[in-house]
Amino acid sequence: MRYGMAIDTLKCVGCGDCVVACQTENNVPFGYCRDWITETIDGTYPQVELEFRSERCNHCENSPCVRCCPTGASHIVEGGIVVVTADKCIGCSACIESCPYDARYTHPLGHVDKCTFCHHVRDYKQTTACSAVCPTSCIYFGDLDNPKSEVSMILKNRKFKDLAPEAGTKPQIFYLI
Amino acid sequence: MISTRRQFIKISGLGFGGAAIAASSVKLAHGAGLFGSDDDEQFNDLKNKRFPTYCEVCFWKCAGWTHTNDKGEIQKILGNDKDPHCYGRLCPRGTGGLGMYQDEDRLKTPLIREEKNGKQVFREASWEEALDLIAEKFNKIKAEDGAESIALLKHGTPGKHFEHLFEAFGSETVGEPAYAQCRGPREAGFAATFGSWIGSPEPTDIRDTKCLVLIGSHIGENMHNSQVQEMAQAIDNGACIITVDPRLSTAASKSKFWLPIKPATDIALLLSWMNVLIYEDLLDLNHIKDNTYGFEQLKEHVRNFTPEWAYNITNIKPDQIRKTAYEMANAAPAVIIHPGRHVAWYGDDTQRERAMAILNGLLGSWGKRGGFYLKEGFKLPSYPHPAYPHPKWTWRDLAKDYPLAGMGLTQEVIRASIPEEAGEHKVKAWLVVGTNVKKSIPHQDLVNRAIEALDFLVVVDTMPMDIVGFADVVLPECTYLERYDGIRSATNREPSIALRMPAVPPKYESKPGWWIAKQIGERMGVGEYFDYEDFSEVLDWQLQQIGSSLEEMQDIGVKNLKRKSGSLYFAEGEKVNLPTNSGKIELYSTELAAKGFDPMPKYTPHAEPEEGFYRLIYGRAPMHTFSRTANNPHLTDLKDKNTLWMNPKVAKLWGFETDEEVYLKNQDGVITSFPIAIRVTERIRWDAVYMIHGFGHTNKKLSRAYGKGACDTEMITNVKVDPIMGGTGMRENFVTFIKDNGKGTKA
Repeated sequence: MRYGMAIDTLKCVGCGDCVVACQTENNVPFGYCRDWITETIDGTYPQVELEFRSERCNHCENSPCVRCCPTGASHIVEGGIVVVTADKCIGCSACIESCPYDARYTHPLGHVDKCTFCHHVRDYKQTTACSAVCPTSCIYFGDLDNPKSEVSMILKNRKFKDLAPEAGTKPQIFYLI
Repeated sequence: MISTRRQFIKISGLGFGGAAIAASSVKLAHGAGLFGSDDDEQFNDLKNKRFPTYCEVCFWKCAGWTHTNDKGEIQKILGNDKDPHCYGRLCPRGTGGLGMYQDEDRLKTPLIREEKNGKQVFREASWEEALDLIAEKFNKIKAEDGAESIALLKHGTPGKHFEHLFEAFGSETVGEPAYAQCRGPREAGFAATFGSWIGSPEPTDIRDTKCLVLIGSHIGENMHNSQVQEMAQAIDNGACIITVDPRLSTAASKSKFWLPIKPATDIALLLSWMNVLIYEDLLDLNHIKDNTYGFEQLKEHVRNFTPEWAYNITNIKPDQIRKTAYEMANAAPAVIIHPGRHVAWYGDDTQRERAMAILNGLLGSWGKRGGFYLKEGFKLPSYPHPAYPHPKWTWRDLAKDYPLAGMGLTQEVIRASIPEEAGEHKVKAWLVVGTNVKKSIPHQDLVNRAIEALDFLVVVDTMPMDIVGFADVVLPECTYLERYDGIRSATNREPSIALRMPAVPPKYESKPGWWIAKQIGERMGVGEYFDYEDFSEVLDWQLQQIGSSLEEMQDIGVKNLKRKSGSLYFAEGEKVNLPTNSGKIELYSTELAAKGFDPMPKYTPHAEPEEGFYRLIYGRAPMHTFSRTANNPHLTDLKDKNTLWMNPKVAKLWGFETDEEVYLKNQDGVITSFPIAIRVTERIRWDAVYMIHGFGHTNKKLSRAYGKGACDTEMITNVKVDPIMGGTGMRENFVTFIKDNGKGTKA
């Protein structure tokens, strides 16, 4: 069991619905976010290319945030999901510094917070708030170890990339291109 | 331009007390976390925690569920899986709709304008006092000038309640920015061709199309929910998308063909497409013979409009014009030349929409799979009330110069409110509900003069929008999450109805629109039109008539009904019978000819920017609706201001860099109230600049929106009115950049 996402940049319109849905599902305070949109532009008018990406924690297999956490608050749970136990977190920010994706932030209550793949609903939902809400259905979430899962199938059939491969973190989020 | 008599009141010193809003309670353990829903085992647990609604953040009106937590507070809003407007997925505005409820800047009590020490201020008032005052003033104006001289300016669902109130006391003087300022031209243009309006949602069969043509239509930046979803499906299906836009819009970036057109030349491109389709024999001639009227005239009309002719005008290369025409012909009839939504651009907009409709007519996409489906709506029986009185004049009389005007023209209501501009019919008072006319109407000089001249101005809103500051009486409406409203019954592939019910009681002293209308009506002596204690009685009665009930709808939220009008598409080879004069698709419009207009569209050159000026184009951001969401805490988190898109060549010429702020000054010397930050980007042509509509709020009580970005409406002082239906074309305005606004303030 290894959870991951494939996000279709050919469909994403960068509307930010994933961000708001995450905020309301996970009580992310105003001014903070666990996921966000990036816009990349390449070329000169009128030969211009535009890509939107919904980004978040990559739940890396080789996760520097977990390695550097002095208290064990950052750890990996079943399915390869990287989570932070708020009670154990001392807010030292080492993990924030170590993350090549800038996916973590310090919550106003003092602990570090980030995407959990909506781990709290996993018992009864094999989806996440961002994936369930996306109007273009561009976020595919599922088990990368199961070759028959939707996410595995789409990665088999489509071209994709991951972010910051040079960091060697083995991210679990793939962008369809 | 602040009126002297009617001083703009910044709602200051009001002691806006009341309950402090609990900012979304920060918890570590998460509440009932479910998305998706109906098929879930946990559904039963949810029943007491979720309430059906349909969204009021925009006009798409997606149905959803308002979820409350164990304290009875609103936690989140999720889409209703059964709803054809959203298929269970709300857009960012719908998901963030709870921000409207949470917003601590909401209007909290009724307010009455009064003079204190020579200064006009608002004071808090009781509902009793505010409603009595409105009824007294309205009845006085009704007695002296006639009920017709009280006008309703409205947008959105609550407008219905006030429309009923106005018709009950004898006024049909209505204006709605959704028509003349927005989609009116396309309704007129398509009606002249196919005999019926496009309506909302558009009956475009995008999910099954093979070719989608967008002309200044920004699906993905406008989050017209089901359309965005269907465009994503079309992308999955490998459909060819062709986008015509001077800007690399989101849709353009997802298109096989992006035609970066010179602004204001669309009709030339459309005519040249017709030329290619006709003269290269790309059409189904049986369809043309059986179903269209005026083909020979059209053929003659477009004879010289070759791609080479259009290239000089549009800057689109002839081979691109031909290739895209071939794509359309290959896909026909599964092709959509999308009518767009906000189409009041240059004053010849009905004719541009006609050209788009004619292309659809030639390609045979009307009533065909992958083209335009045959929509079907559903009308609930009206709750019984006495017949309405007949007004001596209505909005139709104000719009009489525009033969095809199909709804009240806001700008004509405004003109009738200015004594020196008004004709025979004069307007003395306004009730404004759900539309911020300081942002939604161009030519603000006229708006300001009208506001100054009015005897009485009532504003009903949830937020202290700019227009609120000009009101004599302000009534705080509760948000859609706190009230009942009329059943949403829209046209779709199948008819459907949706219920909106309160999930929580109204916050502060706010009240539902239906209650406000009823209270005013009773005080004006027309109480017999409001024969119910609670609006839920009206809904239950209506639903019972069709074999449902309020109880059932509270349970399911959305009910999809069976079609009664037959098939969703015309059959193969079926001869169509349309409600046009000829019964056919009118390539040559008999109606326009009879009314003295061009029966077939012509290209007319439009004004171009002078040196140092740039055409101002404006659009939408997916996380905002007009100006109404600019203070929503969830949505300002995503985007709290607009920026001015500028081509790098232009930036270099001026020595500007991204994030540098400038004021805009237009061709008439009008300067924006606030500066705007430049965004240097290759996504825009060099002869135009672009900004998102709805920012630059002037009311300080909007703590997150005040002074953020600039307001495009301020720059739209040159309005090109469409002689056919009265649309207010807004894109012939040009701006230049200044660092000093002349009032000693530097950007």
